[in-house]
Amino acid sequence: MGPFIEVVLGGLMAGVLYSLVALGFVLIYKASGVFNFAQGAMVLLAALAFARFSEVMPMPVAFVLAALLMVGAAFVIERMVLRHLVNQEGIILFLATFGITYFIEGFGPQVFGDDIYRIDLGMPKEPKIVLESMFDGGILINLEDFIAAGIAAALVTFLAIFFQKTATGRALRAVADDHQAAQSVGIPLNRIWVIVWSVSGFVALVAGMIWGSKLGVQFSLVLIALKAIPVVILGGFTSVPGAIVGGLIIGVGEKIAEVYLGPIIGGGIENWFAYVLALGFLLFRPEGLFGERRIERV
Amino acid sequence: MMTAAVASASSSTHRQNIGEVILAMENISLAFGGVQALSDISFDVREHEIRAIIGPNGAGKSSMLNVINGVYHPQQGTIFFKGEKRHQMDPHKVASQGVARTFQNIALFKGMSVLDNLMAGRNLMMKTGILQQALYWGATQREELAHRAKVEEIITFLEIESIRKTPVGQLPYGLQKRVELGRALAAEPSMLLLDEPMAGMNVEEKQDMCRFVLDVNAEFGTTIVLIEHDMGVVMDISDRVVVLDYGKKIGDGAPNDVRNNQAVIDAYLGVQH
Amino acid sequence: MFYRENGQFKTSYEADQALFPIMQDRVFIVVLLLVAFVGIPLLADEYLFRAILIPFLILSLAAVGLNILVGYCGQISLGTGGFMMVGAYAAYNLAVRVPDLNMLVVFILAGLITTVVGMIFGIPSLRIKGLYLAVATLAAQFFLDWLFSRVKWFTNDSSSGSVSAPVLQVFGFRWDSPVEKYLFVLSVVVLFSLIARNLVRSHIGRSWMATRDMDVAAEIIGIRPVYAKLSAFAVSSFIVGIAGALWGFVHLGSWEPLAFDVNRSFSLLFMVIIGGLGSILGSFLGAAFIVILPLLLNQVPHWLGLPMSTATAAHFEAMIFGALIIFFLIVEPHGLARLWAIAKEKLRLWPFPH
Repeated sequence: MGPFIEVVLGGLMAGVLYSLVALGFVLIYKASGVFNFAQGAMVLLAALAFARFSEVMPMPVAFVLAALLMVGAAFVIERMVLRHLVNQEGIILFLATFGITYFIEGFGPQVFGDDIYRIDLGMPKEPKIVLESMFDGGILINLEDFIAAGIAAALVTFLAIFFQKTATGRALRAVADDHQAAQSVGIPLNRIWVIVWSVSGFVALVAGMIWGSKLGVQFSLVLIALKAIPVVILGGFTSVPGAIVGGLIIGVGEKIAEVYLGPIIGGGIENWFAYVLALGFLLFRPEGLFGERRIERV
Repeated sequence: MMTAAVASASSSTHRQNIGEVILAMENISLAFGGVQALSDISFDVREHEIRAIIGPNGAGKSSMLNVINGVYHPQQGTIFFKGEKRHQMDPHKVASQGVARTFQNIALFKGMSVLDNLMAGRNLMMKTGILQQALYWGATQREELAHRAKVEEIITFLEIESIRKTPVGQLPYGLQKRVELGRALAAEPSMLLLDEPMAGMNVEEKQDMCRFVLDVNAEFGTTIVLIEHDMGVVMDISDRVVVLDYGKKIGDGAPNDVRNNQAVIDAYLGVQH
Repeated sequence: MFYRENGQFKTSYEADQALFPIMQDRVFIVVLLLVAFVGIPLLADEYLFRAILIPFLILSLAAVGLNILVGYCGQISLGTGGFMMVGAYAAYNLAVRVPDLNMLVVFILAGLITTVVGMIFGIPSLRIKGLYLAVATLAAQFFLDWLFSRVKWFTNDSSSGSVSAPVLQVFGFRWDSPVEKYLFVLSVVVLFSLIARNLVRSHIGRSWMATRDMDVAAEIIGIRPVYAKLSAFAVSSFIVGIAGALWGFVHLGSWEPLAFDVNRSFSLLFMVIIGGLGSILGSFLGAAFIVILPLLLNQVPHWLGLPMSTATAAHFEAMIFGALIIFFLIVEPHGLARLWAIAKEKLRLWPFPH
């Protein structure tokens, strides 16, 4: 039983990180109807910036600077890309975020460097063994992971309140429904977009810092972040709780599959498990766990 | 009304006699979640006639067409088409039985030319296999040419020769409506469903469209079911009218009978329900 | 002035529906084919064949395949690399396990196997669209990556995980030198481009485009969505599979799954976007662009006397790709092919303004 719980806990922790990236996706989708493929690249950019800034300055300053960089990025993206694609089909906007992804993947390493950088947030790294009384040999946990989970939970709560209770949040939801209609009732589309991309840049920064402190900041973050896509499929594109639950399910699912199924069919399942799980889900419940079903009209 | 002259001129030419019942809707009920779109509606359509469905916004007119079309499947009721009871059927099956349609909000294939839109309307009749199409020899080429000739007849009929190679996305609204009618006609349907064919048109465009509808009916004998808001048009061109309100049938009969029906007047003028 | 159709009256629908209805286009295409089949083999050097022409042709073919799915049928796919991989490994296994099989048969069978795999992963498209489908195809990509790197049977138990294709031999003739390989690839690419062009102007092509433009209306006029979508997946995968087999056998010679990873899928999608969604010509233009740009980025700094590291060049490549994708989506969603059409339109009138 002990080892199983360890696997589940490990999965939950990975899942928290998927959730954080997925949260960025959901925010932008909810608020602008754009499926932002660049979320992973934004995580990389934010983490790179923070890692390099914190080499030469105190960490809080580095944090603020990195956050400002993400706001700047949001501004540029709105100015150069989104503004010109108002009212385009979803698929065109999606492909445009591909362009953003590629640009950032070239820009980030060009400006901040190509190596693996460490982020040391001063969180406790050494594993702890708990619950020795209940299980033989106890359960190995990582305090760092728990702190990370706490931060993620706080962020989610904050965002949920922001979306439901504030006027900006309502405006955001209106924009997602229909760009032109929102504009015509006087919602400043451009500002809304800058705000939401900034917020999601901020989420990317938090995700990037936590991830960077676990694995080091490196290019492969982008690929890991790609897994947020099956997460949002599972949770539903428009649901903040969905992003969280989806991330946890996928984190746990792939760990369990790897540990218990891996030895039988050859290992490395982690690379595709999330996608195939999402695919299976799509066939039976396309709107995701928490998404809204759409009725098509002719 | 402005269409009266056109109507009488056209229908007097060689109008085919109205025949037997071709479509019978019996006790149709349709609900979305808790919203009752249609409740217990029965009416029939006779061969070669022009049958109008009217009613205020939200009365369930488009839902009715969607039921005939197979887009929506009613929870209750039976549909008889050409004498046979129709079971739950997908739209493409309905199309293959000779029912074509146009839409309230134009549903053309925007990336394709007028010609290709009309050719797509005849897709059902094109039978050559994928390998033959890959080579574009013999059967496929003959088939394409034969259908092209048919489509050109429709293009001539609708007077849209000059735009046949234009992508439909670039056409003005009125012409798009006409092209959409063309796409439906390309299928050589025995029954044509028109969802507000004249909505948003100016007087001249409406006259043109009325003429086309009457000509289609007169020349090809096509049965037409049409939804229209312009009462002048409805009274002029239709043989019988069915009136819906809040998903219920409140009137059915010849234009003049319906015009004098108290329930219909109430529905349009607004009486406390 | 020279590109003008005045006086070319069509007297039959047959002439109007010909592959290239305008005379100058016919001349142009004949000249192009002559240059490709005769001129280039006489003039080009080995580097040109290996580094530019052969990859360009094979990627064009793959882009044609992808364009059928994305550009014509509107079903987005991020798994093209995976389907190329299926084609390559299918051809490898057939060639290794059935040594007597004619190589042309091997390629065709590899294409058919890819067709089956593509259709299986295309089944979700019947229920889901757009972005959701992108995820389904991404699942295909990662699953296939895993399958060919972990299941040893596919690599004939090779210890390194990479496989080497046997020499290309068709009808007793070895296509060994770069020129011969080039001519082989060119023939295949021309053949399949012609087939693709024929399909998109037949009724199956119209059913794809109708599904792309408005799927509900397509169904109402009698186009079966199941047939339209799955046939697009089938044709697309067939062509992509053959491109994959060519990529392995002719261009790479020996390879591992990494050669067909998700980045290959992305770059093919860019070719299609930049070249032009829904255009066969555009697939070629996009492929040319993406093959040539990195080479240019490597060369230009040298010509200017500015040293640039490979890493920097790679970064700039990514940034330029990204910027161009956005540029094309904003300014000309129909890509280079549309620019070409506009240029032709201008030429018809030139030197007069109207």
